[in-house]
Amino acid sequence: MPSETLSQTCEVAAAPLARSSARWQPGLAARVGPVAHSEIFSTTNHAGGVAAALALALDDWRHTPRGETREAQDRRAVLWVQTREAARLTGRPYRAGLPEELRHRVIHVLAEKPEDALFALEEGVRCREIAFVIGELSGNPRALDFTASRRLTLAAERHGVPLYLVRLEAQRDLSSARMRWEVACAPSAAPAWNAQAPGAPAWQAELFRARAHPPGSWLLGEEGGRLRALRPHEVEEEAPRHTWTGGLQQRRRPRAAGR
Amino acid sequence: MDRRVAAAAAPPRRGAVSSGQGASRSAGAPPRRILSIWLGALAMDRWYLAQEQAGEQAEDAPLVLIADTAHGPRIEAANAAGRAAGARAGMMLADARTLCPAIRTAPSDPAGDRALLEKLAEWAMRWGPWSALDPPDGLLVDVTAVAHLFGGEARLLEDVAGAFARRRLTIRSAIAPTAGAAWALAHFGAPNSILAPDEPDHERMPAPLAELPVAALRLDSDVLTVLRRLGLKRLGELTTIGRDALQRRFRNRRSPAANPLVRLDQLLGRVPEPLLPVVPQRMPLVQRRLLEPIRHRPLLDRVLADLGEDMARELEGSAQGARRLELGLWRVDGEVAVRRLELAAATRDPAHICRLFAAKLDDVDAGFGIEMLRLRASWAEPLALEQRDLEAAAEQRGTSLAACIDRLSVRLGEGAVTRPVLHPSHIPERAQRWQPPLAAQAPAQAELAFHQRPLKLLDRPERIAVLYATPDGYPQRFRWRGSVHDVARVEGPERIAPEWWRERGAARLRDYYRIEDGEGRRYWIYRQGLVGDGRGGLPDWYLQGLCA
Repeated sequence: MPSETLSQTCEVAAAPLARSSARWQPGLAARVGPVAHSEIFSTTNHAGGVAAALALALDDWRHTPRGETREAQDRRAVLWVQTREAARLTGRPYRAGLPEELRHRVIHVLAEKPEDALFALEEGVRCREIAFVIGELSGNPRALDFTASRRLTLAAERHGVPLYLVRLEAQRDLSSARMRWEVACAPSAAPAWNAQAPGAPAWQAELFRARAHPPGSWLLGEEGGRLRALRPHEVEEEAPRHTWTGGLQQRRRPRAAGR
Repeated sequence: MDRRVAAAAAPPRRGAVSSGQGASRSAGAPPRRILSIWLGALAMDRWYLAQEQAGEQAEDAPLVLIADTAHGPRIEAANAAGRAAGARAGMMLADARTLCPAIRTAPSDPAGDRALLEKLAEWAMRWGPWSALDPPDGLLVDVTAVAHLFGGEARLLEDVAGAFARRRLTIRSAIAPTAGAAWALAHFGAPNSILAPDEPDHERMPAPLAELPVAALRLDSDVLTVLRRLGLKRLGELTTIGRDALQRRFRNRRSPAANPLVRLDQLLGRVPEPLLPVVPQRMPLVQRRLLEPIRHRPLLDRVLADLGEDMARELEGSAQGARRLELGLWRVDGEVAVRRLELAAATRDPAHICRLFAAKLDDVDAGFGIEMLRLRASWAEPLALEQRDLEAAAEQRGTSLAACIDRLSVRLGEGAVTRPVLHPSHIPERAQRWQPPLAAQAPAQAELAFHQRPLKLLDRPERIAVLYATPDGYPQRFRWRGSVHDVARVEGPERIAPEWWRERGAARLRDYYRIEDGEGRRYWIYRQGLVGDGRGGLPDWYLQGLCA
């Protein structure tokens, strides 16, 4: 084991509880509520960014405690806003491929200009019958400056509707988003029955700025309808599972960056 | 108050206006009686009435109403003097001019005639509970079991004649057991003829009908020509040649107006002929006339807010909510600006309506001032009284979904806000359609769980260049959008055949593969066609979807 990993492991083991609770982990929404405004930076040649945004949104949604006055059955819709440029580059949502609980909820908004998209995002977070808002914007439009993002954050916090804004091919400009992620695709784990096939999706996510948490990077994935986040050292420890191929088709996992 | 006449389906009151055998045969029920009114000179009468209203003296010179066609003006109607001079409806004006050079013309107005007919249909409900339009120039009224209120059917017809004479409209009317028979008698029978309720024997044609010409069957002109060439001139003669002969001759004519047998059965009540009754509808409308024309936006917003509240009261009174609203702004110089608004769900919230209109009023040019505003709900749906939110917190918590969608579609345009729905097709891009977000979803079969589909689908599949293909058939390395991808994992093929019932015969099948490249990016690609399928050259590869 490299010495760096050893020291990190020791540090985690010795860290006080307060420190570990401050670190981001899935299911945190049960205690502190959903993150009002997240930004996910990604590139246009894969759908990992928006898939990770959906996974984070679903994790927050499942864990957010519902008030006693709410209806027993959550029938709120999900607003998905795309600019035409983003739709052209990365396609539109496809109902049959969406997560099961979102298929009948998605309302899609196609905006011609970034200004219209921001208007739609703001109207979405102001609406009480919307569970969360997904936005996809490409580049760094002039309309999305710090003022506009602060406006979105305040509206989302005030009305309790979280906003997940996917930024495609964008610079890390000024923003008031509470959590900012950089997401890339990661090789998936081999499925149990067909080691040749792509498995459950996984994403390499780096939290590079957050208000309440220290930065860090995780390997995100979904397992049994729950979000699963592995720290880099946990990824190394996770032994390759033995499949029916007897280890013949195991791929070598690329080592995590910076290790 | 603006009134609109709409044809609506009859309520299920045992075939409300349908004149059929079922109703007349049932014991105890009064026999069906239909009153047919034919306004033979509707267009001409209307023109004379309009002249009188304008205060002009209409002299008895030859006059025709004309419509412009591709071959020049054609005569739509002629007055008595015009007919005496030789002008006929359907004639070209140039031909009539050669017969009578002094003939005068006026433009015809079919839309206005239709509007008058709709008003008359509503007015004709004074003689029976249901009335129906019989375009272009007739009315049908169901007078079953109401004749005694007027002192018998003959007195009823007198009343009808008197009422129309007071309106200066020439009519011919008749009462018969079926709509077909009443129409035939009104057009071709003796004036004010009444056909007694028929006997159970449907085979024999009543004598008054047998004498009528075959044109009384409401047939198309080409069918009438055929019958005339066959030597069949009277209705009675049709029954003499036997049903089978007629059936053979017109066996491939489905429409009633083209098949004399169907019309004959309708005339005698052997087959039912449903009629669409006219149901008057009130369109909620509020307006403000202003003493001082307004030229500035704050005042306009103030008046609009007042109108919104008036409209809300109007709609609440009839337990309705507006789906479409039209705001007309009349300017001093006669210009009218109209702004139209469609709503995702029925509403009568004045603040919401005003807010949506405010976005559409930015480009209104007030000119010298706006002197009248009119707000009209041209489409309203039932909306029950609703309880206001009891908790003040709920009001502050945000807008409703319908209001949100309204605001979005007002700013972004009609088709910008949609919802993906399933469509019965197995071609991936056809299996999904977009529909308005709050429209009801059609029942659909659930997706097949054993197929994994991509999270996102490109608007159109993008072609990829395969650099190196494996012997198994899928690409090992390909180029897409300028970068090279090495395939590390693959699942497939999933073969999707073309829909032969709607595509051309040369459409090629698709073999879909779900792949993951060396960096973990997952795609959905397909090969269009097979090598050697005889439908084109080497198959191309396309990238269609991006997986999660």
